[in-house]
Amino acid sequence: MAKEILNIENLFVEYSNIRGKVKAVRGVNLKLYKGENLALIGESGSGKTTLGTAIIRLLPSSGYIKDGRIVYKGNGNEYDISKFNEKDLRQFRWKEIAMVFQSALNSFNPVLKIWDQIYDTAKAHGITNRGFVRDRAISLLRYVQLDPERVITSYPHELSGGMRQRVLIAMSLLLEPKILILDEPTTALDILTQRNIIELLRTIKADMGLSMIFISHDLSLAAELADRVAVMYAGAIVELGSVEDIFYRPRHPYTLGLIKAVPTVTAGFRELYSIPGSPPDLINLSPGCKFAPRCEYKETECEKDEPKLVEVGPEHFVACFRHKEISNGR
Amino acid sequence: MEDRAIIQLDHVSKSFTVRSGIFGGRKSMQVIGNLSLSIQKGEVLCLVGESGCGKTTTGKLIVGLIKPTSGRILFEGQDIWSMNKDEFKNYRKAVQIIHQDPYSSLNPVHRIYNILSAPLFRHGIVKTRDEAEEKVLELLDRVDLTPPRDFIYKYPHQLSGGQRQRVAIARSLTLNPRFIVADEAVSMLDVSIRLSIIELLRRLKEEMNVTFLFITHDLAMAKYFGWEGRIAVMYLGRIVEIGPTPRVIENPLHPYTKALLMAIPEADPQVTRSKKPMQLRSLDIPSLLNLPPGCTFNPRCPFWIEGTCDREVPDMYEPEKDHYVSCFLFRGK
Repeated sequence: MAKEILNIENLFVEYSNIRGKVKAVRGVNLKLYKGENLALIGESGSGKTTLGTAIIRLLPSSGYIKDGRIVYKGNGNEYDISKFNEKDLRQFRWKEIAMVFQSALNSFNPVLKIWDQIYDTAKAHGITNRGFVRDRAISLLRYVQLDPERVITSYPHELSGGMRQRVLIAMSLLLEPKILILDEPTTALDILTQRNIIELLRTIKADMGLSMIFISHDLSLAAELADRVAVMYAGAIVELGSVEDIFYRPRHPYTLGLIKAVPTVTAGFRELYSIPGSPPDLINLSPGCKFAPRCEYKETECEKDEPKLVEVGPEHFVACFRHKEISNGR
Repeated sequence: MEDRAIIQLDHVSKSFTVRSGIFGGRKSMQVIGNLSLSIQKGEVLCLVGESGCGKTTTGKLIVGLIKPTSGRILFEGQDIWSMNKDEFKNYRKAVQIIHQDPYSSLNPVHRIYNILSAPLFRHGIVKTRDEAEEKVLELLDRVDLTPPRDFIYKYPHQLSGGQRQRVAIARSLTLNPRFIVADEAVSMLDVSIRLSIIELLRRLKEEMNVTFLFITHDLAMAKYFGWEGRIAVMYLGRIVEIGPTPRVIENPLHPYTKALLMAIPEADPQVTRSKKPMQLRSLDIPSLLNLPPGCTFNPRCPFWIEGTCDREVPDMYEPEKDHYVSCFLFRGK
């Protein structure tokens, strides 16, 4: 078994707002192994982005870690990220874990040229040698198939969406992080650009051997790049397994429903099935399985207790009381 | 064939004026170039293309929200911009649009009742509040917002994204339309909700015999919704390929369509990881302000013929029955 680099233990994250407490992440246990691609998939409000931002402690001001630990294993030591203070975090972000956010345009300062943004980042981490940063930036920009001389003197608005995404990916590699978190890296990009970004991420992984976490609502990104997939629903992981297990042998009714609801283009025409209802309100959660109101396999026990993840195959975990009845896509 | 057409576009072009820089002069940007298209009664036509290709503009031109710079748009054979007032009102009743974003297409300070009853009063379909309420309840029931009494006096923010899109669909049905433009009607919705909206649209099509122009960037959705109809592929304001959906998907002809199908990520690991994407000559889409001469795809096309593709604009060729392609590779075939 590969070595684990990140271990999330029983993590709870909440947001407080006027209506009450939004339980965005509820009791997540998840390991990330060295050199693997892990996809977090789920719909809006499933807690996948909250989980990602909690890992590098960039939750919005209304959000906080209520309980649990995020253990990072690097340089022969173990660190609990959830206990870090601001100074520790500054040392830690970018160098150990970097994140590429969803909206490529909003991640830049619109009035600074790309070079200034890159240099600022380096400077904040104590690297002040302009020549060194410039060389590294140019080689990274070239690596992501951009024309470095042109890009480095451009303002963000002068670049297309795909180019901005490539610049962000290049910047995230600036300080050679061990873990890269990418939030919806291909959403809102054109198909041909999406393909290009996917190929780029594949190359980066092969060349640099980083561990990557992809956050996406898009099953096809997980199908392209993931080694393992965690499916989230209402703040919890409901199924976790290898990409083959999740796509070809799903055991949770929600995973099964998602896969049956997505059309494919080049595979033959097939009938699709939709999941009735809509996701629950994360402020007033009912007891029991959170998917039960939408589930066709529901029994009375499902409404009483919330099922925990159990191992149903090698490294394949499902949180469902009735997983035995759901096999081989039923 | 011609008399069955409900909507026809006859050499339609649309340009917008843009300013370049604060002190720069005005420039004309052609978004739609010489587009001809005929949509038959009862069919589903899917218009697919990437962002900025002009598909939304085409939808807006068809429902009469914007006027073409040149060319004609015909509704049942009549030019919509030379109709008299009554004719235009009839056309506006018959042709409706569902917008992409259910968060911005519904007025946040109006209740569902007001949103859905306004067109009913406006077109004199109902006279009293009781009549309007009855009709609105019926519409909500039709789009599966049940029980309708739970929804009629709510505000849009009290509904989920999927429910809002159902209200937007109900609004498009208020005047018993015969033609609906659905502009990315499911793109903003979650995966699990998307399909139920598609099924709703499909059921309405059967029940009300509505003709659909389904605009999307999602080829898989187009394939699923429009399997029995046609697909038109748009690139930089021109239709490059059009034909029966199964033919376009299984036997794509235009290099751009091929590139899209070979590139599109799919929700099946074995299928998607065995794709061999086409190597394009350039990753960048040319600017609409500075379109390349000849075929607009030529600077990216790996099959381009120097001296032809970069000089002349290809016609529409029909290499197989009802399947048209605008590419010199098919000239004379």
